Amino acid sequence: MAESESAAATLSPEASARMEFELHLYYQMKLIRAFEERVSRLHRQNKILGGVYSGAGQEAIVTGICSPLREGDFVAPLHRDLGVFLMMGVDAGRLMAQLMGKESGLSRGKDSFLHGGDLEHGIFGSTSMLGSSLPIAVGAALKFQIKREKQVAVAFFGEGASSRGDVHEAMNFAGVRKLPVIFVCENNRFAYSTPLEKQMAIEDVASRAEGYGFKGHVVSGNDLLAVVQLSERIVAKTREGGGPALIECKTYRFRGHSEHDPALYRDKEELVEWESRDPIPGYEFYLEKRGHDVRHLREQIDERTRKVVQEAVDFAENDRLPEAREALEDLYAPPGVPGSNNSNNGKS
Amino acid sequence: MEVTYLTAINQALHEEMRRDENVFVMGEDVAELGGAFKVTDGLLAAFGDDRVIDTPISEALIVGAGIGAAILGMRPVVEMQFGDFISCAFDQIVNSAATLRYRHGGRAACPLVVRAPSGGGIHGALFHSQNTEAWFTRVPGLKVVTPATAYDAKGLLKAAIRDNNPVIYFEHKRLYRSIKEDLPDGEFVVPIGVAEVRQTGRDLSIITYGGTVHQSLDAARIVEKEDGLSVEVVDLRSLLPLDRDAILATARKTGKVLVVHEDRLTGGFGGEIAAIVAEHAFESLDAPVRRLAAADTHTPFSTPLEEFVLPNSNKIVEAIRSLAAY
Repeated sequence: MAESESAAATLSPEASARMEFELHLYYQMKLIRAFEERVSRLHRQNKILGGVYSGAGQEAIVTGICSPLREGDFVAPLHRDLGVFLMMGVDAGRLMAQLMGKESGLSRGKDSFLHGGDLEHGIFGSTSMLGSSLPIAVGAALKFQIKREKQVAVAFFGEGASSRGDVHEAMNFAGVRKLPVIFVCENNRFAYSTPLEKQMAIEDVASRAEGYGFKGHVVSGNDLLAVVQLSERIVAKTREGGGPALIECKTYRFRGHSEHDPALYRDKEELVEWESRDPIPGYEFYLEKRGHDVRHLREQIDERTRKVVQEAVDFAENDRLPEAREALEDLYAPPGVPGSNNSNNGKS
Repeated sequence: MEVTYLTAINQALHEEMRRDENVFVMGEDVAELGGAFKVTDGLLAAFGDDRVIDTPISEALIVGAGIGAAILGMRPVVEMQFGDFISCAFDQIVNSAATLRYRHGGRAACPLVVRAPSGGGIHGALFHSQNTEAWFTRVPGLKVVTPATAYDAKGLLKAAIRDNNPVIYFEHKRLYRSIKEDLPDGEFVVPIGVAEVRQTGRDLSIITYGGTVHQSLDAARIVEKEDGLSVEVVDLRSLLPLDRDAILATARKTGKVLVVHEDRLTGGFGGEIAAIVAEHAFESLDAPVRRLAAADTHTPFSTPLEEFVLPNSNKIVEAIRSLAAY
């Protein structure tokens, strides 16, 4: 990258690679923000039907957690984790087509927003039953353990979902079998309208990990650098057989539960306070300290993300809607080796 | 060799685990103990604790983890210790598993088997006697099978394990040790979705499955001897997908249909069978479709109560006579 040339001039190859990586994370976080802002706009224009659940303010979590993941790892995002799809390499156009119910969308128009997974990129499409994807990530980790594969499974969930029984069952079994699974709690302090203090009698979801026989870690979810550093350490340890871990990322939901929710139940002072902890300017400050010309960098990255998002919108708007009768397809997998014929429409 | 229904299931598990190293078994007490009913007996010794896994009492986890492993190419066979407990895993089955392929646009598969030891007549009372198949037969994306013979128990389990979709396998506890059959030595699989005519007949048809197949056959023998009635008995074997052709063929042949199942009457699967016959074979009928099922109450504990509630061959005999006389 041209903007980093001066900063990179005196660096070792390792340090130079690290710098490229850190700039890439900045781009990813900015792309997620730009993509979601466009999605909110499209929703207001009635171009996206159904619910839209913004992850604005929580970008550092998905970016940081996914950054040490590799091909073959398994991720179960929550409904606010559009960034996971972009981080794991899902094409932005297909993602936008998914949100618009178009044929090229991940679920080919079958389900809304983020329920369409993309297993080619290791992403499980979660259901609306929050927390139900944790047992499934545990099953993926069980497969890795049975087959002696050095892969990890990551399950994202909110502090809201942490009240569900599935979460307890999953963590308990993961602890018993010492499975390669990492539970990532995005504690944004609200389950729709219900504040933290009505959801649990403790301050940290992470403190529950001890009860399952593994470690819980608390990190500022708005501090990308902190999330990356913790994630790299934990993912490496779990990958090498260190067993499960729980990472609780303290954060705050910038927007309502969904786009139709003005979130009037929130304290304005609290929102302002958390908005001042926006992960993007925070990370820019770090890059500045690293010697980058941030103003220049921001302009360049904004230009790039604008282009990617616009291309995604153009692709999705020009994509065709599914044929009505496709509602009856994709119900059953045909005989044979699953995945060997991914283009099959599921007529069996 | 003559084997019980229970041994037939155990054989299917052994054979499929030997055939495919991606098959594994998971559930409460399935490893060390060999299962509460000994259905998984011997698997731990044969295949080790990587593939025969004892779990905590966590039905949602058992099914959910099965789904997670299945997505990545494993073929888990998970056990609900009693079919009644499947309610604790209901969300994972009907939302996570059944919709998986659909919501992934046809680009995912979930080759999972959920074994559900079901049924009454063993003084199991309210929470160890239920027949819950009708909770699942209306969920697209699932398959539902209900074997009634040792041959089908083995062949349908093998088919279920090889199927690329979630299959709920209802095995009837009363049949575990009460029936024995000579099974072929060689390999066999029973296709899912194909009914079997257990006995051909002219005067009326019984359409049944699972725990009431043998009771229906007993009843058919009694009325043949005592009333000279010729009764056809169709064993559906699979409920989803359903062999509609077999249902309509027997209805058109005899013109009188008695549907029998052990699940309770209202909302039971018999209503669907009756509707299919009424919609598509109305012109062939000589009598209204009749249903015999458990009374619309819970399955009680005490002997007179349980006998009153559940179907049996005597009640089927009465129903046959009444329908034949119409």
